[in-house]
Amino acid sequence: MAKKRQPPVEKASVQLLVNDVEITVPEGTTLLEAAKEAGTEVPHYCYHPELSSPAQCRLCLVEVEGAPKLVPSCTTTVAEGQVVKTDSESATKMRQGVLEFYLVNHPLDCPICDQSGECDLQDFVFSEGRKHGRSKAAKRVIGRDDFGGDILFYGDRCVMCTRCVRFMEEMEQKPILTVVERGNRAVIDTFFEQGLEEAEWAGNVVDICPVGALVSKDFLYKARAWDLEHTPSICPNCSMGCNIEIHTRDNLVQRFKPRKNIEVNGSWICDYGRGGYEWLNQGGRIEKPTMKDTHEPGNGTQEPFGWEDLLRGLGARLKESAESVDVIASPVSSNEDLGAVLGLLKALGGGKILYRCPTSAEEVKLPGKEGLRRTNQLAPNVDGLKILGAVNVGDGSGAGGLEDIGASNSTVLVLGDRLEDQKDGFAENAGLLVYLGSHASQALSQADYILPITTYVEQEGTFVSSGGRVQRFSKGLEGPHAARPAWSILNELTNIISGSSDGDNVEEAFQKLSRISDAFTGLSYEDIGPEGVQLDAVAKKD
Amino acid sequence: MGYPYSHASEVSIISKHFGDPDARTLEGWKKRGGYEGLQKALQMGPEEVIELVKDSGLRGRGGAGFPTGLKWSFMPKDSKKPHYLLCNADESEPGTFKDRELLRWAPHQLIEGCAIGAYAIGAEQIYIYCRGEFFEANQVLAKAVEDAYEAGILGQDVFGSGKRIELTVHAGAGAYICGEETGLMNSLEGRRGEPRIKPPFPAAAGLFGLPTTINNVETLSAIPHIVAKGSDWYRKWGTEDSPGTKLFCVSGHVRRPGNYELPLGFPLKELINEVCGGVVDGNALKAVIPGGSSVPILSADQVEDCLLSYEGVQEAGSMLGCASVIVMDETTDVVHQVMRMSSFYAHESCGQCTPCREGTAWVTNILKKLLAGKGTEEDLTTLMELTDQMTGTTICVLSDSVAAPVQSSIKYFREDYQKLIKGGEVNG
Repeated sequence: MAKKRQPPVEKASVQLLVNDVEITVPEGTTLLEAAKEAGTEVPHYCYHPELSSPAQCRLCLVEVEGAPKLVPSCTTTVAEGQVVKTDSESATKMRQGVLEFYLVNHPLDCPICDQSGECDLQDFVFSEGRKHGRSKAAKRVIGRDDFGGDILFYGDRCVMCTRCVRFMEEMEQKPILTVVERGNRAVIDTFFEQGLEEAEWAGNVVDICPVGALVSKDFLYKARAWDLEHTPSICPNCSMGCNIEIHTRDNLVQRFKPRKNIEVNGSWICDYGRGGYEWLNQGGRIEKPTMKDTHEPGNGTQEPFGWEDLLRGLGARLKESAESVDVIASPVSSNEDLGAVLGLLKALGGGKILYRCPTSAEEVKLPGKEGLRRTNQLAPNVDGLKILGAVNVGDGSGAGGLEDIGASNSTVLVLGDRLEDQKDGFAENAGLLVYLGSHASQALSQADYILPITTYVEQEGTFVSSGGRVQRFSKGLEGPHAARPAWSILNELTNIISGSSDGDNVEEAFQKLSRISDAFTGLSYEDIGPEGVQLDAVAKKD
Repeated sequence: MGYPYSHASEVSIISKHFGDPDARTLEGWKKRGGYEGLQKALQMGPEEVIELVKDSGLRGRGGAGFPTGLKWSFMPKDSKKPHYLLCNADESEPGTFKDRELLRWAPHQLIEGCAIGAYAIGAEQIYIYCRGEFFEANQVLAKAVEDAYEAGILGQDVFGSGKRIELTVHAGAGAYICGEETGLMNSLEGRRGEPRIKPPFPAAAGLFGLPTTINNVETLSAIPHIVAKGSDWYRKWGTEDSPGTKLFCVSGHVRRPGNYELPLGFPLKELINEVCGGVVDGNALKAVIPGGSSVPILSADQVEDCLLSYEGVQEAGSMLGCASVIVMDETTDVVHQVMRMSSFYAHESCGQCTPCREGTAWVTNILKKLLAGKGTEEDLTTLMELTDQMTGTTICVLSDSVAAPVQSSIKYFREDYQKLIKGGEVNG
């Protein structure tokens, strides 16, 4: 199944030649985008596909046969039979000239610049620039300015592309940034005392800054770009399902960056989502699977076990427990986790799944991108949980709602929720209390079984966004040695209880979902490309 | 009549009443035949007015010399959108001071021209974007507009024709780039004065994104006369391609600098030697900038046969521009003058386009270095290359305006540069 793409409606096709490659694109396509289709990336700074094009950086000028001079490829649209040359002698010479102009005032402070290694100026000059600059004069010094919030401005490095100004104007629609002064004294600034702390999407200006002029205070000097591993993932901090890249180093998350997905978040993520990664680096992990020593009741010690013995024992105990099972899931649980829970419950004869989710009264919209917002639900898989039949309990802070849980002889399975709002000895009267968690929980320290699971960044799987889109995330960190994905543990338990032999891989874990919910029918794990699949579309197709 | 000096060779049409305070008043202007053109135009169809202006061959006096009637005819004919007429009175090209006098002495002539233009292009709103530093001009214009409204010449019912024409005067805040037509539109809309990318052209999407025509003060000032007296009358002066008269702003080393209204095609040599009384102190002529600081400099040799028409100056190797003739005698340090101009442009560059933002300042730096006696032959090569990269590569022509004097001065006055390189001084 291919990703869902709107076919260009009511637009005629135009055929043209870009660098001797014949391509057909919809009418109205810019030469820059057409060149991309033809496999050529025209260097540019001011152009951004999701913002207006001022055509002012003058780097994307290309030669069009018959035109009296070079034309900006970011604003010139295609015409039938056009012959475009992005690498003609005049275009190349022009680009080299413009790059030299940039270096008149841009400091060569790459060794201490955060952008180094992912800098468009560095890249373009390295590939096309002159070996030596001819400007010998002292460079203009503007210095550093705190723009407020997480944003720091290094004015000397600015190339005046004004992407940041346009983002604030057109996307967030809070025109906090502007250009002051003119000529080569022009500089980006905030209005008087106003700053970006008033903004809620300001982190994006760092992403779209082609150089190191706008940097994140949080990330400043933390890591060099080339030392970072990039893992495609989904933002875990609300149910919007923004596509992100998780940048890691030394097995720690260093930052979240937006990953482009026009259908969901475009090129943007909110500051709330961007900033919420520290919990993935948090210590206090459950390192080993343990079981409360039942031979000496009351002493509270838990002996470590190997997975195999432990799960066999647990399977047997679960089988014995006639009463129904109460599952408390976490809204960060993946669909595969939930599928595995449902499979286990089926083998055991039923039960109910509850979850609690912190919410926010306010949504945080990005006015320039329709539909994009930080949703009320501050967890990534609320909609997956809903589709799979989990019931929301508790209040808006993700607490409470568990008063009826833990009756004597009942079986309680806690999946991922640390129960931080609950008192010590949660559900102590329950017949069997199992905690599958990544981090130690005070309330659950007396659980009969404590089983270490990986966080979502330490495994792969899928979430369903609030728009009903199922999207994959990948593994970016190594979890504690003994920790396993929850679905892997739960599926093994089901195998033990029902004598089945389902494989221990994410593809099969996902496959179980189509047997459980119509929403997933006909969809396989491999079908979900980098941009996800709309679940309605899957349902309609069949 | 020229101002402050006049000369027998002049043909006074638009400058006829310069220096006459009575002509500034509505009554005084009417006594001198004012508003006959507008009343006549209102009897004609808008198309007819455009045809008449086309026939007259009037070309834009703001610098580019684009045929005015043709520009008007680009306006959409059956659009339901509002149209705008803009009058560019943000005169700020170094060496130019003609619009200021037209605004000061003949405000009703301009209002009349604007009203005719608005009628022809189907606009109900006119904006005159007037340079803010023109305090007197702004006052005179404001009074004239007020009087015209009171007399029913502007407003809901122009001369009882049922036509509505409103006029607003807007004072600029002192940026050269706001005289560039699309920069002016941005400024008028309350944005930064930065030129826009064309296309779309103003006739399709101009002020507030609506069909707009923008004309220079001098262009619009000629309109009432053309409408009142006909295109053939206007074509009595000038050449086939450059009909009519033009104000020449002469400054620099001449005995009688000032504004002179002359038929186009007038010899430059004669302008300097006869009309302006010759070069000061009997010095030899060194160079002339014929059209304001953005055009190539002419050497004394090139001045010899240069005729002051759009085509004539082009033939001589420069451009007529807005006919601001800057005369430089043998005592002039050309490199210093070029540096002065490029500093001006570096200061006035809006900073959008990289070649202009960085190039204008860099070129100025090199010129300063040369003037300080620290230049090398290589700098001249660099100057030529940089200015090449600054020509035709930006949104507007401001960076081309630096390139023109730099390149032409290196071409014609290379020895001046070389003397500086060798450590010698040029002309003290």
